[in-house]
Amino acid sequence: MTAPAGVTERWEAVIGMEVHAQLATRSKMFCGCSADYLGAPPNSRVCPVCLGLPGVLPVINRRAVELVVRTGLALGCEVARYTKFDRKNYFYPDLPKGYQISQYDLPMCRGGRLDVGDRAVRITRVHLEEDTGKLLHAGDALQSASESLVDLNRSGVALMEIVGEPDLRSADEARDYATALRAILRAVGASEADMEKGQLRVEANVSVRPRGSSELGVKTEVKNLNSFRALHRAVEHEVRRQAAVLESGGRVEQETRGWSEAEQRTFPQRRKEYADDYRYFPEPDLPPLELDPAWVDELRSSLPELPAVRRRRLVEQHDITAYDAEQLTQEVATADLFEATVRAGAPAKQAANWIIGTGTTLDPARLAEVIGLVQSGTINRDQGLQVLEEAQAGGRAPGEIVRARGLAQVSDEGELAAIVRRVLAEHPQAVADFKAGRQQAAMALLGDVRAASGGRANMRLARDLLLEQLSR
Amino acid sequence: MIRREDGRIGAFLRVTEDLARAQAADADRRLAAGEAVSPLTGVPVAIKDVLSVRGVETTAGSRILTGYRPPFDATAIARLRSSGAVFLGMTNCDEFAMGSSTENSGYFPTRNPHDLSRVPGGSSGGSAAAVAAGEAVYALGTDTGGSIRQPAALCGVVGMKPTYGRVSRYGLIAFASSLDQVGPFASCVRDAALVLDAMSGLDPCDATSADRPVDLLSELEVGVEGLRLGVPREYFGVVGMEPGVKAAVERAVLELERAGAELVEVSLPHTDYGLAAYYIVAPAECSSNLARFDAVKYGAREDAPTLLEMYLRTRRHGFGPEVRRRVMLGTYALSAGYFDAYYLKAQKVRTLIAQDFERAFGQCDAIVSATSPTVAFPIGAKVDDPIAMYLSDVLTLGGNLAGLPGISVPCGTSDGLPVGLQVLAPQWADATALRVARAYEAGRDGANGRGMA
Repeated sequence: MTAPAGVTERWEAVIGMEVHAQLATRSKMFCGCSADYLGAPPNSRVCPVCLGLPGVLPVINRRAVELVVRTGLALGCEVARYTKFDRKNYFYPDLPKGYQISQYDLPMCRGGRLDVGDRAVRITRVHLEEDTGKLLHAGDALQSASESLVDLNRSGVALMEIVGEPDLRSADEARDYATALRAILRAVGASEADMEKGQLRVEANVSVRPRGSSELGVKTEVKNLNSFRALHRAVEHEVRRQAAVLESGGRVEQETRGWSEAEQRTFPQRRKEYADDYRYFPEPDLPPLELDPAWVDELRSSLPELPAVRRRRLVEQHDITAYDAEQLTQEVATADLFEATVRAGAPAKQAANWIIGTGTTLDPARLAEVIGLVQSGTINRDQGLQVLEEAQAGGRAPGEIVRARGLAQVSDEGELAAIVRRVLAEHPQAVADFKAGRQQAAMALLGDVRAASGGRANMRLARDLLLEQLSR
Repeated sequence: MIRREDGRIGAFLRVTEDLARAQAADADRRLAAGEAVSPLTGVPVAIKDVLSVRGVETTAGSRILTGYRPPFDATAIARLRSSGAVFLGMTNCDEFAMGSSTENSGYFPTRNPHDLSRVPGGSSGGSAAAVAAGEAVYALGTDTGGSIRQPAALCGVVGMKPTYGRVSRYGLIAFASSLDQVGPFASCVRDAALVLDAMSGLDPCDATSADRPVDLLSELEVGVEGLRLGVPREYFGVVGMEPGVKAAVERAVLELERAGAELVEVSLPHTDYGLAAYYIVAPAECSSNLARFDAVKYGAREDAPTLLEMYLRTRRHGFGPEVRRRVMLGTYALSAGYFDAYYLKAQKVRTLIAQDFERAFGQCDAIVSATSPTVAFPIGAKVDDPIAMYLSDVLTLGGNLAGLPGISVPCGTSDGLPVGLQVLAPQWADATALRVARAYEAGRDGANGRGMA
């Protein structure tokens, strides 16, 4: 369905996010099985507990509780002193006990906030639960498959749910919320939060309403979002779709919709004709948890500098752009590398460009050395990239690589002027174009000069010489 | 013995003859070699079919688990195994321990060794009958509302439910998680204490098991001199109390007084609400606990064109009528809109009942009463009247709701059938319950009881 023009000016999107993150614990939530199941043969990371055999009992993974509390604190939540687990009852073949151990009315953390640009998004709650297994269907869906296979390696992996209020107003904001959340989860070590690996699962609750209205429209829940790009496109599509439905006098159905990457559209998955009744009740196999405030304070004081704080500090302290700071603070290690490289003598702007542009993980002293060699004109930028690559692979110092490979750029005026002359002689048409007023022709000629120098030309000098000869 | 007797009684669902012989040979070797052994080394035990035994078919008395062999031992079983116990086999019980007569077994009913036309009680009826018939020296049961104590009373043996958290529930096929406890049947109190001692203590696999010192034996022979025993007036006037049972229990209580105990009248005012609360909480938990029996992973599956139909057929045919009744009751009680009126209310009643006991234990050290209001009833007498059946547990389920230790010790007969005296003690005072029961038993039998040690 395509929306008529101007539709998004008349309708406002209202988006709330539910994010599930697999916690970075070594063992599962309620048993000792390894939580590292990616690539493992089916049903090889299982024991009686996560298989839900008769008579087994759960035991709480303390590390998982710690990671949820750290996340809650990082989001400014209030951490419960008294919390408990509940059973969420439903039948499905990937749920071996017939219930999921989750948290219902007393979640571990409540009432936080996450800033997305200028938007303050309220965090409703953060709670702890267990992951389900996975089904593999011989066919498209469980109901039509000739055969379905159950893999319980993922069953019982520690999972955290972070529920946000419907405070987001655009697809951009939805995506930025998810990336900001990922940065926090990584900063506090709660989750590796890789969307492609299913460690971060994002669902967007989307509705639209006439601009200026304060009422909420009927929402749909959009799932199957395997990347931030998919999230962005799916929300964008869904907002337009709903607006178009309403513009044409239709009604938005409350339903779960999937995102089709192939067709770049959302499609209905499951219609919610009645509210699911999960028959929550307190998990009798686990005594309630009392979180010692002193322990929580300890966790609070051990939190690292959070991405938003660091972002602001990087801008102020190093005078880089907000965009660069945002990029650098996606990963703690990236921001650490940036600051160490600056400490090692590299100019901040250059350090940011090199780190963001190359994604390098070279040690900061050597990275600063590469940047220094380029800055001083000893080598050009292309050579810098080569040196960087080689230093990272081979472990030799950048200066040594430059010497050993004779990489130093050609800054000799006479030598460069000769190259330029030769190139101009070989390309009379380009010269004529330039003289006829086509500025781009100079860029093509400059590229030829670079090629003719074997990539070693000091390009600033080469440019000056080229323009000088052309204007003769 | 089992081969000779069990055809009449039906205490065992499965006899593990090869395993028993191997364990017995190993025990003989250890004893002959003079290795350190426990009092249980080489002693044969019958195991209720709800406790997982590695490699041995364990079905909770249900058809839905036909063929299921656990790949692990329940903690209580593992502890007995390492004590050198000899496992005779799995005993019959009401399906998933839901019942008071063992007639709800998915296989066959068990008969009371004292009168083969009568039930042995339940749900651990097979274990009680096995000990009563001399087929096993001791047996294991589980008690959710009286499922050890009531069959012990009806079969004339000792049966004990320890404090909730005393024995690990790991590997016990759950009926109602907040009420279930594992405990022993034996022919005397000392044997029951020895078995309980071997099974008790913290288990890292059970978050509800307690890290509390276990000392069940040192006070056993101290007697009741100076102990205050509470006699709850509500427990002597319950609906359906048989006069013969009441008379036998009153005689037993007077004997305890003669042995030096001080009798105190106490009140448990919320007794009448206990049964109702129990029949909300236990079904609610069971409706969830039994959800895993969906035939996806183990057990008997009925093929069907759709997933939903597969679930429905499997569970309709795999579960018996009492299990289906309780799963439906529990599902209803937990449903949106009913949760507060049923489950939440029942939990409040449960708290009131626990407070009743707390107040009573302010005035006494233990509480004595009948275990069951009736003696063993004829097979079939109550199968069509669930409420009459539920009333069998009216004197025992309070102990489960409050998590208390309770023991039933034989105290004479009524109409020629055994009567049980129940002793309830405060949480963690399992030793007190054993001590009172032992004092009664010693007065009854003289100093030399029967038993292992």
